[in-house]
Amino acid sequence: MRAATAPVREIALVDTPEILSSPVGRIIEEHHNDRNDLIAMLLDIQDAMGFLPRFAMEHVATSLEIPITEVYGIATFFKYFRLKPPGEHQCTVCTGTACHVRGAARVLREFERHLGIRSGEVTDDREYGLETVNCVGACALGPIVLLDGDYQGQVTASKVPTLLRRLKRSAEKKPVAARSEAAA
Amino acid sequence: MSTESVTLTIDGSRMEVEIGTSLLEAARMAGIEIPTLCHMEGLSSYGACRLCAVEIGPPDKAKVVSSCTYPCEEGLQVRTHTPRIVNARKLLLELMVSSTPSSKTIQDLAAAHGVTQQRFRPENEDCILCGLCVRMCKEQMMAGAIDFAGRGPDRRITTPFEEDSEQCRHCGGCMYVCPVCMLRCAGPAADSTLCGGCLIACQMPVNTAKIA
Ligand code: FES
Ligand code: FES
Repeated sequence: MRAATAPVREIALVDTPEILSSPVGRIIEEHHNDRNDLIAMLLDIQDAMGFLPRFAMEHVATSLEIPITEVYGIATFFKYFRLKPPGEHQCTVCTGTACHVRGAARVLREFERHLGIRSGEVTDDREYGLETVNCVGACALGPIVLLDGDYQGQVTASKVPTLLRRLKRSAEKKPVAARSEAAA
Repeated sequence: MSTESVTLTIDGSRMEVEIGTSLLEAARMAGIEIPTLCHMEGLSSYGACRLCAVEIGPPDKAKVVSSCTYPCEEGLQVRTHTPRIVNARKLLLELMVSSTPSSKTIQDLAAAHGVTQQRFRPENEDCILCGLCVRMCKEQMMAGAIDFAGRGPDRRITTPFEEDSEQCRHCGGCMYVCPVCMLRCAGPAADSTLCGGCLIACQMPVNTAKIA
């Protein structure tokens, strides 16, 4: 697969349909193709597309004339950036220090068990994604879990099934149990 | 004193240097040896290893800074070998030996600085994240094929998307500067991770800067 692809620079310079139909070009322009706006650009791209696709990062690197390593380094440094498409519903477990000492690890394990995926993964049906962050700024209410961006405080392992059920109900989809069995 | 230069005191001796000179460069000009690991002439300073730590300011309010990244300031007092600094370097080296016991460069530095104990669990890593290879690739080879990725415990040196890089010309510059890749310490069957064997056995002159 490697050998078949042309050098990165050339790929991105050609406006592939992928790039033309995505907001990447527009976003880069909005930031005046300015290297100092790199993080802001990546944020906008992620907001628009849900994650940072590889072609988008390559396109950014080419148009800013910086090595792709730089973009990749930033995209992997910040927890906020996602390199893979997220699930339809994103469960985010805070594993920051405060939440950690209040048992975030147990909560995370419970999520992993129920969803049948590990942190950083998405269920096979793309329905649920699980990820961790380091502190979301609500330490006093820890352990914190974000369900589709909604803050849930003082989560314990035993509350996880209820939370997932509520998440599912709000989405009116099939039961979680059946889904995770299907995924497993 | 012209506006282009600053006067400072390093280990008691006054000297005048050009603005923008780092403390490390100034000390070396004065013939004062400061150990370094992540610094190399021709590459930008990065301040990763902290081995080049020095004390600045009045003794009662001394601050420890990395001399390779700290620019000379007017009237600054710098001390390069106070007990506090010597101890800090020893501890750093002890930690580095425990993370990469196979690096001869680090073993030699540790031996030269009198590290005689090993209190940490050896990790046998093959990278200390000094960033020399990254800067070599970017600044000297103009390739930018590798860089840091990830954060915290996940931090690593890698190519974009963990695949072979199109930018890499296989020049080997990264391995040439690496303190862990280049000189593997086989160890004279040392009974601990701390070796120091070369220093004693071969009476090899250990240069605290780069050992080529
Ligand atoms: S550590 Fe979880 S919110 Fe701060
Ligand atoms: S040489 Fe200054 S921090 Fe490594």
